[in-house]
Amino acid sequence: MLPFLDREHSIAKPGFSRWLVPPAALAIHLSIGQVYAFSVFKNPLLALKDADGSAWSLKEVGYIFSIAIAVLGLSAAVFGKWLEKEGPRKAMFVSATCFSVGFIVAAGGAVWHSLPLIYLGYGVIGGVGLGVGYISPVKTLIRWFPDRPGLATGLAIMGFGGGAMIGSPLGTRLMAFYKISGYQPIAAAWITMGILYFIFMMFGVFTIRVPQEGWKPAGWVPNTNKSALISSHNVEVNTAFGTPQFWLVWVVLCMNVTAGIGILEQASPMIQDLFKGHVSPTAAAGFVGVLSLFNMGGRFFWASTSDYIGRKPTYMIFFVAGAVLYWLLPHLGSVPLFVLVAGLLLSMYGGGFSTIPAYLKDLFGDYNVSAIHGRLLTSWSVAGIVGPLIVNGILDHYVAQHIPKDQAYPIILHIMAGLLVVGFLANLLIRPVAEGYWIKMPATAKV
Amino acid sequence: MTATQENHTSPALITLAWIIVLIPTAWGVYNTILNAMKLFQ
Repeated sequence: MLPFLDREHSIAKPGFSRWLVPPAALAIHLSIGQVYAFSVFKNPLLALKDADGSAWSLKEVGYIFSIAIAVLGLSAAVFGKWLEKEGPRKAMFVSATCFSVGFIVAAGGAVWHSLPLIYLGYGVIGGVGLGVGYISPVKTLIRWFPDRPGLATGLAIMGFGGGAMIGSPLGTRLMAFYKISGYQPIAAAWITMGILYFIFMMFGVFTIRVPQEGWKPAGWVPNTNKSALISSHNVEVNTAFGTPQFWLVWVVLCMNVTAGIGILEQASPMIQDLFKGHVSPTAAAGFVGVLSLFNMGGRFFWASTSDYIGRKPTYMIFFVAGAVLYWLLPHLGSVPLFVLVAGLLLSMYGGGFSTIPAYLKDLFGDYNVSAIHGRLLTSWSVAGIVGPLIVNGILDHYVAQHIPKDQAYPIILHIMAGLLVVGFLANLLIRPVAEGYWIKMPATAKV
Repeated sequence: MTATQENHTSPALITLAWIIVLIPTAWGVYNTILNAMKLFQ
């Protein structure tokens, strides 16, 4: 069925430019990044009333995003090996289909006031689209850009950060348009977004190509004088799962993401609480916008930089500079300085996501890098639960004890600094993968 | 095999592919910058 989706039909002909591949990957990541703009639907969903006048609670609506992110991590882990076998084009097609169908099923939930239908649509079906889509272009980009793997994967994962910037105004404007037109605004917006994103993602599906076996960039010679951490061997995904390196990198990503969520989760109230009377709610919304820009820019900047300075030193910068900056953040008395430091921290949060695929490629080779990346993303799911738990748990405690919230932030941010120290130690312990784990055959794997 | 020729794809096609993804990105970044400007007002 649909043979053009097969890996064999997506092999590039001689002369195909590799610079068509990043736009294909971006089409997927810019689309699925919409999930981070889900908050624009929160208030409209809370305002929806059933026939008996009942409405959903904030907690119930909050589960929609949580389910989507949890399923993202799980599906990336589960479908990574399937993706290695079937190739990126089929994976992108499945991602586009699931992501779009998810919107449409969820639209039914908005019309019939059925939260389980929204959980199923946006959370589960859409979540599979997120997970498969997130890892789908990684290996292909690494194979097309063996000279600059950080730059290539950084570009794609930057798209995931940019997706929220598109999804947020798109969702808001579509709902406003359909409200005026007399349609159910959430359902109509979701159906429209499902169709638009499917078309946009099809651009990626039709554009993506895998390189022919043995292809390499013109004039490129693998650098033989490089870090011991950059492998010339491959490790199979199940084997990689049992190596200490996999779990150390898992901790590295988990700590980096948990710390970043510490700021993201509470960005708007934090700046208002720490600078009472100086930062309005409107200005705080602007602060969130600034952080989004740093998050997106950091994804490209740090992953590209890692091609020159190495992955391990890049994460060392995140953990050393990050720990110091998190420690100082609550004590900065100036709003511009606070914004700058928080922005730098968010750039390193984004950089942590985008540099990981190249780090995995360095350690385990590119043979199963998508599948290994997929399994590693479970650390994101864990961080997505642990980060908010720490932040909200401490804030709730302070509120319950009638202690001003601004006094909670130093503790929260110092804990985040501590998490980065744990990440630093994990990164420090990473060594080249032992020979016993290597695949004992020439690396002639499928892309 | 080493396929070294990369100049068969039309530069116009490459430019078009990048435009397709950069237009929505630019729109999103523009909206975010507008939002971010509120911090400095």
